[in-house]
Amino acid sequence: MISTAEIHRDDETSKTGMWLFLFTEMLLFGGLFIVYSVYRYRNPVAFHFAAQELSVVIGTINTIILLVSSATIAMSITAIQKKNKKLALLLLGVTILLGLAFLVNKYFEWGEHFKEHIYPGSSVLALRGQGDVLFYGLYFFMTGLHALHIIIGLVFIIVIATSILRDKIDSENHVLLENSGLYWHLVDLIWIFLFPLFYLIT
Amino acid sequence: MITQNSNEEPSYLDYKGKYKGIFGWILSTDHKRIGLLYLFSIMSFFVIGATIGLLMKFELIAPGKTIITAQTYNAFFTLHGIIMIFAVVIPGLPAVFGNFLLPIMIGAKDVAFPRLNLLSWYFYVTGVTLVLISQFTGQGPPDTGWTFYAPYSFRTTGNMLPAVFGAFVLGFSSILTGLNFLVTIHRLRAPGMTWLKMPLFPWTLYATGWVQLLATPIIGITLLMIAAERVLHIGFFDPTLGGDPLLYQHLFWTYSHPAVYIMILPAMGAISEIIPTFCHKTIFGYNFIVASSIAIAFVGYFIWGHHMFTSGMSGTALYTFSLLTFIVAIPSAIKVFNWISTMHKASIDLQTPFYWAVGFLFVFMIGGFSGLVLGSLATDIHLHNTHFVVAHFHFIVFGGTGYAFFGAMHYWYPKITGKMYDSRWANIGLIIFFTGFITLYGAMFFLGMKGMPRRYYDYDEIFHTGNIISSLGAMVMYFGLAVIIINLVASLKNGRKAPSDPWGGKTLEWTIPSPPPVENFNEIPVITKGPYNYK
Repeated sequence: MISTAEIHRDDETSKTGMWLFLFTEMLLFGGLFIVYSVYRYRNPVAFHFAAQELSVVIGTINTIILLVSSATIAMSITAIQKKNKKLALLLLGVTILLGLAFLVNKYFEWGEHFKEHIYPGSSVLALRGQGDVLFYGLYFFMTGLHALHIIIGLVFIIVIATSILRDKIDSENHVLLENSGLYWHLVDLIWIFLFPLFYLIT
Repeated sequence: MITQNSNEEPSYLDYKGKYKGIFGWILSTDHKRIGLLYLFSIMSFFVIGATIGLLMKFELIAPGKTIITAQTYNAFFTLHGIIMIFAVVIPGLPAVFGNFLLPIMIGAKDVAFPRLNLLSWYFYVTGVTLVLISQFTGQGPPDTGWTFYAPYSFRTTGNMLPAVFGAFVLGFSSILTGLNFLVTIHRLRAPGMTWLKMPLFPWTLYATGWVQLLATPIIGITLLMIAAERVLHIGFFDPTLGGDPLLYQHLFWTYSHPAVYIMILPAMGAISEIIPTFCHKTIFGYNFIVASSIAIAFVGYFIWGHHMFTSGMSGTALYTFSLLTFIVAIPSAIKVFNWISTMHKASIDLQTPFYWAVGFLFVFMIGGFSGLVLGSLATDIHLHNTHFVVAHFHFIVFGGTGYAFFGAMHYWYPKITGKMYDSRWANIGLIIFFTGFITLYGAMFFLGMKGMPRRYYDYDEIFHTGNIISSLGAMVMYFGLAVIIINLVASLKNGRKAPSDPWGGKTLEWTIPSPPPVENFNEIPVITKGPYNYK
């Protein structure tokens, strides 16, 4: 069945839909930010000391990685608008590599915690008290959910890159690239909040 | 408005697309076919949910064990709640009538994202399947009630994970439908249809869309946290790990209270369509009805606390939530006032949909007023967690959304199927249903006042008479429901052919043939006048 949307392309409509979807993502994390605030308020001391154990260096590196990757995907949109397919693909490739680098860092970071028997449900963590249980529970849940979003974003970007390769996305029709750019910026933005909440406020 | 002359175009029911047979339906991106997919699935689950409800009333007809064990009873009210809330009344009007009629009523050929629309139906089916899987796998069905309250929801041996995840997926389906409608209304209104020339059913879908979009993610993340709690023992809501079960209740009701407006707003929209059509009169106070829909959607966010008056909150919070609860009653009352004013001095055409609308007004008022009894702090302490709450809830949700759903069903049936139903049987069914409804839930008010708790399997002898009356009412109502549904199904075969405008309606759906052609309009209409232009 041919529907109107397939005959007439309306970029404004797609972008409106994407923005509305981003609202729902923000609220999804919003619920977690509320839970975080409540437990931080109730366990100020435990949260203070637990936060000092996280590696600010890795956190900072990851923040820089995501910020740069947001810039590269934005540049790739400009590149496709200027009909420079090669540069657009190169920039998307850099974005994907940066996203992967973020995940690798996260893997080592989590690995360190696991080695010290700090993970949800661990008896070592339980011995350290309720504040620590909640801090690390929130830490693993929120950064885990964020990492899941990174993975979904990477899948989107890979799909988009193959579409560019097959000339399905070009200077005339690049709203899908723009939408995945919007999504990637949101994932970046959420990290901008997660980073100070877990690493910097001590 | 232009009357379309498009008899050569095949109707959406006869259209032969790329796929044949059943695939022509389950792979169709036509909003009308998707609307019917929802109709069949929602009606099936409604019948399942209603049957479980009837079995529970059989159990309560006498104290002690009657037909099922206590554990089965717990599983039944949980399944009844999950199915009826997440799979019937939340998607009900938007997914069925919204899908079918929203594009037609605003003069569009389809929704903004037709494929996303089909995807959300698949999410719906997946979600319900997961809920049903939870019944037959693991260590027994969930027994927490549809509210999944912590900490019991991660202590029970019941099979919670599939049920919780099913509710999460159903939420996703709801978000996508809301998002689709919002974009459709923003981008695809016919030329000349300014915001205040839009019919009221699309207006309520618009308000609903925002609630779906902005409230549902909260339940999504809350359900994920419950799942994480069960699997990973993270401690968010577990007091032994420092978590706070009360926080769960806050998060849960932050969604689940706005969710009742997802249920009731489109119902109000359908009623706002039915009443002017059968009064042959412009709706009274169009602007006020529009504004009150937006007001309900907005204020509805800030009153979740009235579900928790006995859970433990500061006095300030209690008074604030109580006050806001009373404030949210005002826009609903404005609507009722406008509907009744529309009827004033009108030459009313007494047809089945109009009877449903009047039935709606009657039960909705009882539901609304009993809501104020629960919204005031002192009386709520007495009535909290009693059958009074169950009665209030069913009057407002089943009485509100359910009556509007059946009203909409009888109102748009000729448009959707191209057939007229037998009005006599439809009216008889309605009268039986209404009698049963009032008896079933009316008795619950008295049981609750006397102190019978809800969700209890057994009860004291003093509640026996009330429960017998209530259970008899349930049987009568179920019978009435059967008459209504059988009549509608039989009319598909026996009904005479419906004209394009059987009721004298003025909105756009009545300007095109019944059933509508595939593309709805040959030519997109140009709108110059308001939607209820009766002279």
